Amino acid sequence: MSAYDVFQLFFPYILSGISIGGQYALIAIGYSMVYSILRLINFAHGDVFMVGGLFMVFAAASFPLWVAIPVVIVLVVLLGFLIERVAYKPLRTAPRMSVMISAIGVSYLLQNLALYFTGGLNRMYPAIPWISDTISIFGVTTRRVTVITPFLVVALVFILVWLINNTKIGIAMRAAAKDFDTSQLMGIKINSVISTTFIIGSFLAAIGSILFFTSFPGVFPAAGAMPGLKAFVAAVFGGIGSIPGAVIGGLLIGVFETLIRGGDIILGPAGLGILSGSMDIAAFSDAFTFVLLVVILVFRPSGLFGEKPTDKV
Amino acid sequence: MLKIEGLKVNYGGIEAVKGISLEVPENEIVTLIGANGAGKSTTLRTVSGLIKPTEGKVIFNGEEITGRSPYEIVSKGITMVPEGRKVFPDLTVLENLKIGAYLRKDNIKPDLEWVYDLFPKLKERSWQAAGTMSGGEQQMLAVGRALMSKPKLMMMDEPSLGLAPLIVKDIFDIIKEIVRQGVTILLIEQNANMALQTANLAYVLEVGNITMTGTGRELLDNEDVRRAYLG
Repeated sequence: MSAYDVFQLFFPYILSGISIGGQYALIAIGYSMVYSILRLINFAHGDVFMVGGLFMVFAAASFPLWVAIPVVIVLVVLLGFLIERVAYKPLRTAPRMSVMISAIGVSYLLQNLALYFTGGLNRMYPAIPWISDTISIFGVTTRRVTVITPFLVVALVFILVWLINNTKIGIAMRAAAKDFDTSQLMGIKINSVISTTFIIGSFLAAIGSILFFTSFPGVFPAAGAMPGLKAFVAAVFGGIGSIPGAVIGGLLIGVFETLIRGGDIILGPAGLGILSGSMDIAAFSDAFTFVLLVVILVFRPSGLFGEKPTDKV
Repeated sequence: MLKIEGLKVNYGGIEAVKGISLEVPENEIVTLIGANGAGKSTTLRTVSGLIKPTEGKVIFNGEEITGRSPYEIVSKGITMVPEGRKVFPDLTVLENLKIGAYLRKDNIKPDLEWVYDLFPKLKERSWQAAGTMSGGEQQMLAVGRALMSKPKLMMMDEPSLGLAPLIVKDIFDIIKEIVRQGVTILLIEQNANMALQTANLAYVLEVGNITMTGTGRELLDNEDVRRAYLG
């Protein structure tokens, strides 16, 4: 097998892995940012992502796409903001576990509302021109969105990291993540900082949902559960609280998962020829992600780039 | 300048402050001394808006500010140097100072120069993460950060805690210098000796009540105070 053949064999999986990984990363950043400020795993985040998909299904039915896309983004941001105000803010002084249970409640509420509005049917996601066009790159046929996603993710992350490092609200977010009381003594309005965090997280989830569902058959009430869980694993893998960690975690999980999904072909007679028949390796692609979660939690709970748990002195 | 009238505060399920009244005159150093758990910190945290009182009034320059949110109180010109310094460890020294001026919209350059003049060490280390500095340097940063809000009243919660005697002396020298430059100080301390030597006016707080008042000198000479707080 020539080097070119090996490239031909792996490239489509790596390309699509990076793309799906980038979409996980966009969701993972939302988990990570909320965690670093509230120490809350926002279980509703994956469902916000799913609702973003449904909003697009309904918005595209009523408006032209150039109106529908911004409308969807604004609605998803509003949803994230409202969830925080209604379900988490009243519990600010409650034990952390109460807030987490509230998050689980919101997650089920969103799924059930989605069930009500869709009748449980799989709704076709609208084809967005240009990004859902089929293109050919190095002999691999794919949708344009697959190629665009990684660049868009990198650009968004750069902007986000810049904002956090250089703007007033960014510095306030970093301060609030360390110490609520002292931040308040500086005149920082904690509630605005928390709202901003949810707004940013939901904005990225909205972008993620457009990219994800474009190359997905459709939207259904549980469609956010699996990507949400995987993004959560990505955030833990990268080190929850770290934005670069969430991105690297997302990309690695996306690539590994896609490689495993293609395992039978890569290792089979048409590929490297290691396996003679099918072993149904693809079935393990989801399991891989969750085994990874267990391994990380056992051997490196702070993740790849996570802060070492330090006492707030 | 600051007047507290009949302040009662519940904190952690107990009445930590049981109806105290005190006054902080403009441009003086006032100290509140007392043992651990006497309610000193609770009093300061209530003035700064972090805790809401159950009864009583906090009046600042004739305006009632009882129970206002912390950012309103900061914007009125009251700042606090919290117990244990509480600098933001991951932020650089400069970022810590800038965040002290969070609510200000005017030019903060002159005040940054002022703080750097008071604490030349901070200028040398402006790019260093605050968490990597020594306890004394962090205390100086915490004071500098509070000054960046251009306060009229600066409250300090145990500034000498855990610091070497020589550094404590430096901190108190700086406090006197800050007062000379027009800032009023309300200081709470377990290190009563140093606090009373510095203060114009002092209050003794015992389990939520004020039991004695006088000038720093008077309390320093008082038998009961000597026995209870100066050893």
